[in-house]
Amino acid sequence: MAENSAASLNRAALLQLGLLIAASVAALFLLMVLLNWAASATGSDASAAKAVDLEARSISVIVQNEPPQLNSMKATDTDSGQVLGHIMEGLLRYDINNQLAPGVAERWDIRENGATFWLREDAKWSDGEPVTAHDFVFAWRTALDPATASIYAFILYPVKNGEAINRGEAAPETLGVRAASDRRLEIEFEQPVAYFDKLVAFNVYYPVREDFYRSTNGRYGADADEMLYNGAFVLSEWVHNASMRFEKNPHYWDRDSIYLNSIHVPFITNSKHTAVNLFKDGRVAMAELDAETLPDALQQQWHIKRFVDGSVFYLEFNHRPGRVSTNLNFRRAIEMALDPKELVFRVIKVPGYLPGETLFPIWLMGEKTLFRQEYPPAQRIYNPERAREHLEQARVELGLNAWPPLVLLSGDTPISVKQSEHIQAKLRENLGLDMRLDRQIFKQRLEKMKNGEFDIVMAGWGPDFDDPMTFGDLFASWNLQNRGRYNNPKLDAQVRIAQASLEPAVRMRAFGEIQRILKEDAVILPDYERGKVFVQDPRMIDMARRAVGPDPDYSRVRLVDAN
Amino acid sequence: MWAYTGKRLLQGVLTVWFIATATFIAMHNVPGDPLMNDKAVSTAIRANLEAKYGLDRAVFPDQYLIYLGNMVRGDFGISFTQQNRLVNDIIREHFPVSATLGILAVLFAALGGILWGALTALYRNRLPDIVIMFLVILGISVPSFVFAALGQLGLVQLNGLFGRQVLPVAGWGSVGHMLVPSLVLGLSTMAFLTRLMRSSMLEIVNADFIRTANAKGLPPTRIFLKHQLRNAILPVITVLGPAIAAITTGGFVVELVFAIPGLGRYFVEAVQQLDYTVIMGTTVFYGAFLVLMVIVVDLIYGFIDPRVRLE
Repeated sequence: MAENSAASLNRAALLQLGLLIAASVAALFLLMVLLNWAASATGSDASAAKAVDLEARSISVIVQNEPPQLNSMKATDTDSGQVLGHIMEGLLRYDINNQLAPGVAERWDIRENGATFWLREDAKWSDGEPVTAHDFVFAWRTALDPATASIYAFILYPVKNGEAINRGEAAPETLGVRAASDRRLEIEFEQPVAYFDKLVAFNVYYPVREDFYRSTNGRYGADADEMLYNGAFVLSEWVHNASMRFEKNPHYWDRDSIYLNSIHVPFITNSKHTAVNLFKDGRVAMAELDAETLPDALQQQWHIKRFVDGSVFYLEFNHRPGRVSTNLNFRRAIEMALDPKELVFRVIKVPGYLPGETLFPIWLMGEKTLFRQEYPPAQRIYNPERAREHLEQARVELGLNAWPPLVLLSGDTPISVKQSEHIQAKLRENLGLDMRLDRQIFKQRLEKMKNGEFDIVMAGWGPDFDDPMTFGDLFASWNLQNRGRYNNPKLDAQVRIAQASLEPAVRMRAFGEIQRILKEDAVILPDYERGKVFVQDPRMIDMARRAVGPDPDYSRVRLVDAN
Repeated sequence: MWAYTGKRLLQGVLTVWFIATATFIAMHNVPGDPLMNDKAVSTAIRANLEAKYGLDRAVFPDQYLIYLGNMVRGDFGISFTQQNRLVNDIIREHFPVSATLGILAVLFAALGGILWGALTALYRNRLPDIVIMFLVILGISVPSFVFAALGQLGLVQLNGLFGRQVLPVAGWGSVGHMLVPSLVLGLSTMAFLTRLMRSSMLEIVNADFIRTANAKGLPPTRIFLKHQLRNAILPVITVLGPAIAAITTGGFVVELVFAIPGLGRYFVEAVQQLDYTVIMGTTVFYGAFLVLMVIVVDLIYGFIDPRVRLE
């Protein structure tokens, strides 16, 4: 009986199941129609994305993160900086060869106590109104106003009274900048600034028009229609975290050298795997690679490009009293026990990365040529044997019987993880030192750095402007960024010389001295200069990748037929 | 039933309050705060920022009370990282995306789970059962980012094979964009439900009332649908509530890989950024959502199984 009924049960049940499946497929279909409608209401149609459209003169690209802040007076991050670089323009800008070029200003004059910028007549906002000197005065005053609470307000401190206004000790109207006429901007300095022309290319120095800013009721930069543009493109559509569309700005003064009609951003994601897949599928014109996606790109025989992105990473010692890391022999021991070349070529293994030699990265310009050619850094020696001697000396000097457990503070990115484990292993192997790894997410690491809760920290620095000073004053005793609290009057004196002088030779000599002191005193141990590797559509040319300024920059891209 | 619903809702409100308080305490006890930035800020700028965001006041009771007050009014404040956006706007704009994806994923999971589960039970210890159960083990043990990467790779291959776009590789905007992501998202739940369905089916096949039904000569179809399936489905429905919540909130990886503008990315990235308002907003919102789903499922349970009394 059992056999028979089980078989018939199965047959009947299967029939029922079949019916159920048919019904659910029909229901699913109906649901899909509904979902399609829902999706089109909450996103933009990314299915039309084409890496390069020769006829429409448009490209599609990825932006890695939703830009958190398109109010140029408050933006601090690279994603916002990249987007702003396409839609706004300062007095000066960077060209495709990464040289400073005239922007809104057609000429300028920088003196010891101030500067004058002459604005071009045809610089216009996207509503056709002219960009005037008043727009700069308004933006700079507003950025410094304590009520604005701009993190980057400090970059305006070279302008007279800037710091006092930001501290709430002076009224914004007292700022040392005035519109002598609609087209002439006069600036007074707090002290000489040799690199002021480079500063004004930074986004906090961009113009903002007062009447428009006020009309947005505090929502300036929040949406595509809450902004006024003066750059090569306007942001015509922005679906948060989903997509953006840029269209050529018909009022831009240099519109004749803008080839593209539009730039589409159908995808916002920082997944490198996704970027490569989209590139392979012909949806995006550029994809950045990492150690995981690189083999795939090599296999595809794509033409892989690389560049250094400007940031320098180093081990920073804790110089606060009472720490073993205040001992020079200890720092020397660590220095000689670690080899940046091994780190870069055998651990990180991403082309484009350079072994760290000094705080001053390779691309910085000196007096006439590259700074590193004029002031070559001293060679770093990897020598575990001498490292052990230094460590023993340090132990005696510190009066220790044994080394206490030491803390290596690091971030939690894949590269930081690899690197911290490498350092831990090398120090155990070469010195017999036990490092405790303290791995923290970004902001927690910053907090611990600020409080000095480390012996050695894996730190880094990215440039704000294209002058050695953006690195040179990092370890001045008064610099808040000096989280290891290094304090050396000799280094401070050199920073002051470089700050006070307008003479390139004097300044570069001072930076050379700073470089020498940092090495001699083993203040920091450079690890690497970060590189980026990427692939790009061969039909797209003149894309700029750069260490300082908006990156990547598609604004001057031209398209060619690859065949 | 109304009294029961009311009681459950009240419990729910208490739970949400507890979630909010616990999150608030945990968040403020983590080193660092949302105002920390790459570039160290002077005390002057820091003071400006603290004043603007109200962080200059004491955490307890001031900030906590302000926070609870605003929450009751349904105002979660402004995001720290996306300084121009209200947390309410973020939830309003991005939750529908996660929900759309989630609905499809839950449907895939539930239908697939019930069908595969029933199949494996019917073909117990025969080839279909063995194959499906092997796949189930895979579905449960392989993490979703692997499936997401594989799924996307499959799409690239598919488009390459046809020489045109059959299905988009990533992005959002049409139903084509959500097929593979929702399948990936629902996969582990589907596997889990299959196993659950299988065991509850097998339990019921040997139950007394099935034997009775067979004995009194009921047609097998009727037995399968009315008695077997309906009874076996009960445990599946029980876990469906938390499953819906898990799927809708757990989409971070899938959203990242497929570049989908859902709320899951905010939920995770806010923690990394220590974006207080977004952490609180999304956690409380998802907490309330989970609680609501559990209540709804309990109520539905009463309709499907009349033996359950809602009291």
